[in-house]
Amino acid sequence: MGIVVIKDLNKHFAGLHALRDVNLEVEQGTVHAIIGPNGAGKSTLLNCFVGRLVPETGSITFDGRSLIGLRPYQINQAGVSRVFQTPEIFGDLTLLENVLIPAFAHRDGTYRLNLWASLEGEGDVRDQALQALEDVGMAEFRSVTAETLSRGDKRRLELAMCLVQRPKLLLLDEPTAGMSRADTNATIDLLSEISETGITMVVIEHDMHVVFSLADRVTVMAQGTPIAEGSPGMIKGDPRVQEAYLGAAPA
Amino acid sequence: MRGSSASGRYDGLLFAGFAIATLLAPLLLAPFGAGYPDLLQRFAIYGIFAIGFNILFGLTGYLSFGHAAFLGVGSYAAVWMFKLLSMNVIPAILLAVLAAGLFSLLVGFVSLRRSGIYFSILTLAFAQMSYNLAYSVLTPITNGETGLKVELSDPRIFGGPAGGGLPVPEIFGVDMHTTTDVALFGFNLQLNVGFYVCAAFLIAAFYLSMRIFRSPFGMTLKAIKSNQNRLNYTGINTRPYALTAFVISGMYAGLAGGLLACTDPLAGAERMQWTASGEVVLMTILGGAGTLFGPVLGAIVIKYAENIFSSFNKAEISSFYSFLPDGLRDAMTSMTAAFVGDGWQLTLGVLFMLAVIFLPGGLMEGLRRLAFWRRPGGEPEETAARRPAE
Repeated sequence: MGIVVIKDLNKHFAGLHALRDVNLEVEQGTVHAIIGPNGAGKSTLLNCFVGRLVPETGSITFDGRSLIGLRPYQINQAGVSRVFQTPEIFGDLTLLENVLIPAFAHRDGTYRLNLWASLEGEGDVRDQALQALEDVGMAEFRSVTAETLSRGDKRRLELAMCLVQRPKLLLLDEPTAGMSRADTNATIDLLSEISETGITMVVIEHDMHVVFSLADRVTVMAQGTPIAEGSPGMIKGDPRVQEAYLGAAPA
Repeated sequence: MRGSSASGRYDGLLFAGFAIATLLAPLLLAPFGAGYPDLLQRFAIYGIFAIGFNILFGLTGYLSFGHAAFLGVGSYAAVWMFKLLSMNVIPAILLAVLAAGLFSLLVGFVSLRRSGIYFSILTLAFAQMSYNLAYSVLTPITNGETGLKVELSDPRIFGGPAGGGLPVPEIFGVDMHTTTDVALFGFNLQLNVGFYVCAAFLIAAFYLSMRIFRSPFGMTLKAIKSNQNRLNYTGINTRPYALTAFVISGMYAGLAGGLLACTDPLAGAERMQWTASGEVVLMTILGGAGTLFGPVLGAIVIKYAENIFSSFNKAEISSFYSFLPDGLRDAMTSMTAAFVGDGWQLTLGVLFMLAVIFLPGGLMEGLRRLAFWRRPGGEPEETAARRPAE
């Protein structure tokens, strides 16, 4: 049994059948990429998983527990952290505060009336947050306002915010979208370092360079359903995939 | 942790400075002609109101247009305590805070289901509803148009009807109106018990607000303003956080309303009107939303301006323009008169527009700019520090 088990998932938007009988399993400790052309249902699948959308039928099990009907913050508390296509950070706050918030959420749960403690007094959480910034190489900018960072650095910060929660699963929605080549390569290096710690990752990605650098396993989706699954090497040679996806893009 | 002790010391200094300035207000404000008890009390009370409003608006970004309702509830609760229990202000203030807290829990629970403009409109609707109810249906509780006040026939439990005149609020036997005159530096200082009761609550209110600003809870409130979407995917249920902030700020408003009743034991429905709700929004924005001291500054400036501009009358303006020829003098007089007296809100409106256009961060931003302008180092560069591209 994988850490993520998705069975017979269906989701409609008005007349569009966005997800058709999706079955997917992700093994613990692997990097699993989901690829496919625009409109294949990748993002819908992700949104069903994190609790933003509710599927009509089917089941989603994470770590032995059903996620259907849970709110996004409950799913995060179950051990799922996500990275957005456009980095979602707290722009008005400093880098350290950006990482402190998830660190407190990890320790204190969904709500705690912690208004008599001072931020300085919470040494343990502070140390964890500083360590997480250190791990992505941004500790020296802890007092900088997050909004002023470059796209690539925002992504690093967002990863630090996820990792400080020690998630069991990290979801990445096109982690290198809109990045320069240099930023993309730096992000790939960082992500492969993270995967070496044994954390399970699911990556939705368009950039084949990223997919083949990172993934242990690849699922190809088209028209709302997985059409092929295998190692990156197998997927590269699969004619169905060529037809549905790779054939359309210059190799 | 070198940095932590430094920022702790900064907060300690800020608080000590605030407390000393508040206690010395009768002296500090005497040169401005604002050192008399009635105005000082209003500064302190509206300062508390604005500090509380800032905990909601300044931190979470939720703009409530109905906070005067909680102020009104606080006033009514306090007057009822005077009528039924005793003229001591402490139980009156406790009930005022409690009643406003419960009412804000109800209003916040419903209003926080929406955000942005819809939230603002919901709070406005609640406040106007309270205002109209206080005027009509709830007359047995609010005494309608006349307003609720202490009367000779009140069935007070402790210290029943006093011989002679109406009883006045007191704190453990000391009349709130007691004033001691002290001559100092050529000013005649009026040290008033009522003001010092308000000042003590103002200092406590400021201290609590400072603790909230520096706490993990306060940081989460700032995150609600910054990016609620990210917060949801960070494992935090934002609604109870926002509701707590709403109730805390409602209790601050109740405290302010209770203190208003303690300095003058009557409560009227007009305290709940939307203009009163709008006033606290103006105070907070004018002073600097999201700053610790800004709301108090905004409250002082607005109440001071109200006091100055509403006191002028036509004859005074006319004599001011006495150097002009008659026709021009009349024209100038009638034009200026629109901005003073009953029309002082026009002046306030102009002041507010100038502040929002030229100082979006409020008066606190103005002070900060002034401080950096005087120092040759220029603007602070810390926020501009960026990572070099790799």
